[in-house]
Amino acid sequence: MKIIILGAGQVGANLAESLVAENNDITVIDLDLSRLALLQDRFDLRTVRGHAAHPSILRMAGAEDADMLVAVTQSDETNLVACRLAATLFNVPTRIARIRSTDFLEAEGGFLAEHFGVDHIISPEQEVTETLRRLIEHPEALQVLDFADGKVRLVAVRAYHGGPLVGHELQDIRRHMPDIDCRVAAIYRRDRGIVPKGITVIEPNDEVFFIAGRKDIPAVMRELRSMERPVKRVMIAGGGNIGRRLAARLERDYEVKLIDHNKAVTNQLAEKLHRTLVLTGDATDEDLLEQENIESMDVFCALTNDDEDNIMSALLAKRMGAHRVISLINRSAYVNLVQGGEIDIAISPAQATVGPLLSKIRRGDMAAVHSLRRGAAEVLEIVVHGDFKTSKVVGRRIGDIALPDGASIAAVIRGEDVSIAHHDTLIEAEDHLVVFALNKRIIPKVEKLFQVGFGFF
Amino acid sequence: MQRLAPVVHVLGLVVLIFSFAMLVPLTTALIGHDAAQHAFDEAFLISLGIGAVLWLGGRRWRRELKTRDGFVLVLLVWTGLPAVATLPFLIYAPGMSFTDAYFETMSGLSTTGATVMSGLDTLPPSLNLWRHLLNWLGGMGIIVLAVAILPLLGIGGRQLLKAELPGPIKDAKLTPRIADTAKMLWVVYAAITLACALALRLAGMDWFDAVCHAFAALSLGGFSTHDASVGYYDSPLIEAVLIFFMLVAALNFVTHLLAFRQKSLVPYHRDPEVFGVLGLVFASILGVSFYVWQAGVYPEFVIALRHVSFNLVSLATDCGFASTDFNQWPVFAPMWMLALSCVTASSGSTGGGLKMIRAVLMFRQGVRELERQLHPAARLPVKIGGHAVPNQIIFAIQAFVMMYVATVVGMTLVLLASGLDFLTAFSAVIACINNAGPGLGEVGPASNYAGLSDFQTWALALTMLLGRLELFTVFVLFTRAFWRG
Repeated sequence: MKIIILGAGQVGANLAESLVAENNDITVIDLDLSRLALLQDRFDLRTVRGHAAHPSILRMAGAEDADMLVAVTQSDETNLVACRLAATLFNVPTRIARIRSTDFLEAEGGFLAEHFGVDHIISPEQEVTETLRRLIEHPEALQVLDFADGKVRLVAVRAYHGGPLVGHELQDIRRHMPDIDCRVAAIYRRDRGIVPKGITVIEPNDEVFFIAGRKDIPAVMRELRSMERPVKRVMIAGGGNIGRRLAARLERDYEVKLIDHNKAVTNQLAEKLHRTLVLTGDATDEDLLEQENIESMDVFCALTNDDEDNIMSALLAKRMGAHRVISLINRSAYVNLVQGGEIDIAISPAQATVGPLLSKIRRGDMAAVHSLRRGAAEVLEIVVHGDFKTSKVVGRRIGDIALPDGASIAAVIRGEDVSIAHHDTLIEAEDHLVVFALNKRIIPKVEKLFQVGFGFF
Repeated sequence: MQRLAPVVHVLGLVVLIFSFAMLVPLTTALIGHDAAQHAFDEAFLISLGIGAVLWLGGRRWRRELKTRDGFVLVLLVWTGLPAVATLPFLIYAPGMSFTDAYFETMSGLSTTGATVMSGLDTLPPSLNLWRHLLNWLGGMGIIVLAVAILPLLGIGGRQLLKAELPGPIKDAKLTPRIADTAKMLWVVYAAITLACALALRLAGMDWFDAVCHAFAALSLGGFSTHDASVGYYDSPLIEAVLIFFMLVAALNFVTHLLAFRQKSLVPYHRDPEVFGVLGLVFASILGVSFYVWQAGVYPEFVIALRHVSFNLVSLATDCGFASTDFNQWPVFAPMWMLALSCVTASSGSTGGGLKMIRAVLMFRQGVRELERQLHPAARLPVKIGGHAVPNQIIFAIQAFVMMYVATVVGMTLVLLASGLDFLTAFSAVIACINNAGPGLGEVGPASNYAGLSDFQTWALALTMLLGRLELFTVFVLFTRAFWRG
């Protein structure tokens, strides 16, 4: 696919990296020459320097025969204008815009699509905020993904000694919890993926991915590890876009404290947030943390723009007694460095953004794509089309489908119904399947499996 | 004098217009052939003459008024109009001293409702109507009326409203032009007054009393046509109607206007003062009724509830009707009612005192300082209705409260020095600065302010003026900076 990316900031650069890796022709437009030079050095792509919303620049970048335009500059207005131009002047088939302002996001449904030609909106801040919120709701989980509007969730959790199911075969789940429908989709043992079978034994320290109904999640987790106390107190370091949204989202249900060093920012935040206690100061200031009872915090989130600051303040908070610490980290090298150490969870904003985009460039009809384990694995929500003749899956039982090695079907969404996948579940056309791919290499095979044969047309 | 001339010119116009208000009681006198007819004839002509002389005399210095002129004008209007308004009383009853007449008209225009007159039941109806009309005109401020009319004459009015409209948040403008706002507020005020008069008529008053009491209730003035005030009727229904309209008048008229316009109750929900005013009043009614009943004043709780409801609402909203002599209750009850009168009126209402919004902000400021002890690094804005209030306003309110307390203490000391007992002096000052009306002791609901000496009467008239003009408007004239230019 020929894709133009507007903006070479964090989001743009990360997108470029993932998309180049998937064999796409990428052109990046930005005003800053040094950023472009850096990108060009690292990846095989083309760069154009200029204003992203100017028609001449877009033409220069090859907008006329581009398949997709992804506008991810810092400015919402630039992104919207670029999408409009791409639609009107260049007939780019797919136009995606990054929108930060909640004003635009909450505006009358559809006006962005109708008047600005935006096919798909991505909002990294919103994605990350939602991710954080889910992690705070399930404090034991490493990762939580929603499917079918949150009716079912895919949860990653580390198994520990003492969980009733640890040391047992997976088929024992049924005996342990006869009323609960759940399916283990994948297990990672020492960073190697295993496709779970009935006889697979869960070992301590395994990273277990399971899917279950939202209300059943705590019960399943209780089988795998001892439960944490429910989260009540949350401290957030960094009052930027993400910190502010998270505080606003959480303040009704939790006791939230937010720290930022910029007085102008905290003044503004204190005005907008109603129950959050807004503090001015440095999140790496021991005295401040001590004064604000860091040791009684259930979750500490380091959400500034600066990776190093986030890591240091998260480490400090953990050392001083915060129960669980989450850090926002942009650089993928750092993510690998810290995760699983003293910092409980490292979140990469780029990964949260790449997923929705990937669903647009994949072959076959993908409703959603989520990147897992820093891009190594994926969960796909695939829409099944065709009939028994043209499709290799429709009208067959899950047990009979020839899935590539390393892939498994975790759940079936049929209209409003969501069911956890079993061997005897029959697939119908227009079902949404949640498919777990342990390894990125098998994804083309998965795509091929779900494509409709020529007879369909 | 050069600086005062343009202000005097405008004052002349205000007096001129005000003199036409005398035509209302004059008409009543003509229809009813009462004894005060000649008093209004002459008073009308005299005040018309005074107004014309001032207006024409100042014409040479006519210019656009500045903010400073606004302060002077407000003070001159609020001291000058009561003086003009005394004319009918002085002409009708030559024996009445100017001091007493001025106290009465100041009490009327400042919507206090304290009276030095007795034998109200036998006073000519036209004079009674004049007293109530003063209440009503004073209610929303003659200046607001002037603001609505004067701009038509080409005289700028914005600076006047700033000095006049009560309450700390003055910039919440509803329409781009101040005159339109004033006119709409006037309409709402008049419409509710009309509703009140109809309700009182249906509840059993005659037309004359219904109109007079509606004037006094909506302006939260509290004059009555009877010495026994509302107690004269001894009717729970009339009391209930008045309670409702007094509470209505104690809320912000801007909120009423918004509710009228949007045809919904949402504006009341959004108004940060409504909950405080109504909540405090209702909780106090229950508490004080229980207290008075337990103290054995009334044999049954329901009777205590009836009397406490009316008198407490009346005093708390700074109206000043009375249905019984609450002076006889254990002293906690009337003291609590006087304390309420300081806070349970909204800004933008016709009530007086500190106003609920200032009380709420001061309370939150107090809480903020306590929280700051625990979280020294926290940003803790004082918020009202979800919006942060600038510190500058908090400081201004602190200064206001300080001056308010100092004024109460100072005036109480002055009255004590003049020979009053403490309860009378203190309660009279509170009742006058809040523009409530009856106090306790010698100035309680069963008696009136007639027993005070001339000096004490003037002191209390000044207190009413200070309360009505929210202290600052008056005090600013005594700063050196004001006169330096």
